[in-house]
Amino acid sequence: MATRNAEQLRFRPLRAAAMLAIAAVCSVGLVSFVHDITRPRIEASERAQRVAQLAAVLGPARYDNDLLADVVTVRDPELLGTDEPLPVHRARLAGRPVAALLVAVAPDGYSGAIRLLIAVDPVGRLLGVRVLSHKETPGLGDAIETRKSGWIDAFAGRSLEDPAADRWKVRRDGGDFDQFTGATVTPRAVVRAVRNALVYVDRHRDELFAEQTEAQAPTGRRER
Amino acid sequence: MDPYNARMNAASILRNGLRDQNPGLVQLLGLCPLLAVSTSVGSALGLGLATIAVLVTSNAIAAATGRWLLPEVRLAVFVLAIAGAVTAVELSMSAWWPGLHDTLGIFLPLIVTNCLVLARAESFASRNPLPSALLDGVAMGLGFMLVLLALGASRELLGHGSLGADLHLLLGQAARGGGLRVFDERHGLLLALLPPGAFILLGLMLAWRNWRLQKAA
Repeated sequence: MATRNAEQLRFRPLRAAAMLAIAAVCSVGLVSFVHDITRPRIEASERAQRVAQLAAVLGPARYDNDLLADVVTVRDPELLGTDEPLPVHRARLAGRPVAALLVAVAPDGYSGAIRLLIAVDPVGRLLGVRVLSHKETPGLGDAIETRKSGWIDAFAGRSLEDPAADRWKVRRDGGDFDQFTGATVTPRAVVRAVRNALVYVDRHRDELFAEQTEAQAPTGRRER
Repeated sequence: MDPYNARMNAASILRNGLRDQNPGLVQLLGLCPLLAVSTSVGSALGLGLATIAVLVTSNAIAAATGRWLLPEVRLAVFVLAIAGAVTAVELSMSAWWPGLHDTLGIFLPLIVTNCLVLARAESFASRNPLPSALLDGVAMGLGFMLVLLALGASRELLGHGSLGADLHLLLGQAARGGGLRVFDERHGLLLALLPPGAFILLGLMLAWRNWRLQKAA
C-alpha cells in the first residue's frame, strides 16, 4: 500500500500535465472546428458589409464593377490625415470611371480620429460622405452618424468651388456648414477633412480616374 | 441558502440564479460588461444570450470533468474550456449576427474575464451532477441577463427615448425600424448613456432591492 501511494505521488505531476495537455488539445480542437464552419459565412458577411458601406456612400450613382477588387492604395499624411496607407476604391460603369471612394481621417476630432469614407465623382463633386468610425461624445458629436442626424448629407453635391474656399468651414468660423449645439469641434474636424480629401482628389485626378483598371496608384501599389 | 452547498434541488437553483444569489444584484460579478454594454435593449439581450451560452457550456464541461481532474490543474482546465467556449460563441455570432457582433465589440471576447463564469464552474458545477450544473448555468445566466436588460431598457429609455430600437441587430433586417419610440431622441438624457449613468442606475436598483429586503425582514 505504501509503495502504491509513493508510486502515485511520483506520477502525479505527469498526470496533471497530461490532463492539461488533453484539455488544451480539446479546446483548440473545438475552436478550430467552429472557425472552419463559420469562416465562409464570416467572410461573406464581411464582404457584403463592405460593399454595402461603399454603395451607401455612392448614393444613386450607378456602377457595374466589383468595388472591392478595383482598389489602389494611397498615402498622404498631410491631406488624408494619417501616416498609414489608405485604400481608394473605384466605381465604374462600362469601364468608365464613375467615382473614387476614399478613406480619409480627421485627426482632430473631439476625442480622437474620425475615419471617413468619401465618394467623389470625376469632375470633383462629392457624391456622399459617411463616418466609418469615431469616438465622439454620444448625444453631442455623434450627430455625424447618419442614424443620428442627416448632417453629413449636406456634403453631397458640394465641390472645391461650392462653397468657395473661404466658406469651407462651419458657420461659427464664418463658413457654410452647420455645427451642432454643444459640439463645434467634431463638425469642424469633419469639414476640414472632407475639404482636404477634395484637394487630394484634385491633385491626383488623372491617376484616380484612369480609364482602365490597370492604372497605377499615384503614390502606392495595387492591392492583390 | 448557501450557494456553495452541493446538491440543491432545481427550484432552489433557479431561485438562487434569479434572485437570492443574482450575479448582477447580489454577487456583483461581471460588472464590467454589465455597465458597458447596457446602453440599449438590443445589445443587453445580445450579451445576455452570449453569456448564457458560455455559462451553460462551461458548467457542462466542469460538471463532466470536475471529479476526474487533479486540484492542481482544475482551474487551469476550466479557464481553457471557458476560453474555448467564448471563442466559439464569438465566431458564431460574427457569422450569424455580424451587426450585433460589431456592437458588442470587445465585450464579447471579454466574457472570458467575467468572474461569474469561472466562479460557477469552480464553486458549483464541478461539485454537482450534470443536470444541476446545466440548470445552474441557465439560472445564473438568466439572472445576469435580466439585470442587464433592466439596465439596458432604462438607459435606452432615458438616453434615447426609445425601447428596443436596435433589436434588428439580433432579429435581422426585417425588424429594422421596430421598437417603441417614447419621446424624441433630442430630449434624451445624455448622462444615462455615459458610464456614470450606468453606475447610478445600478446603485438605484441595489438600493431598491435592499430596501425591499429590509421591509420584509
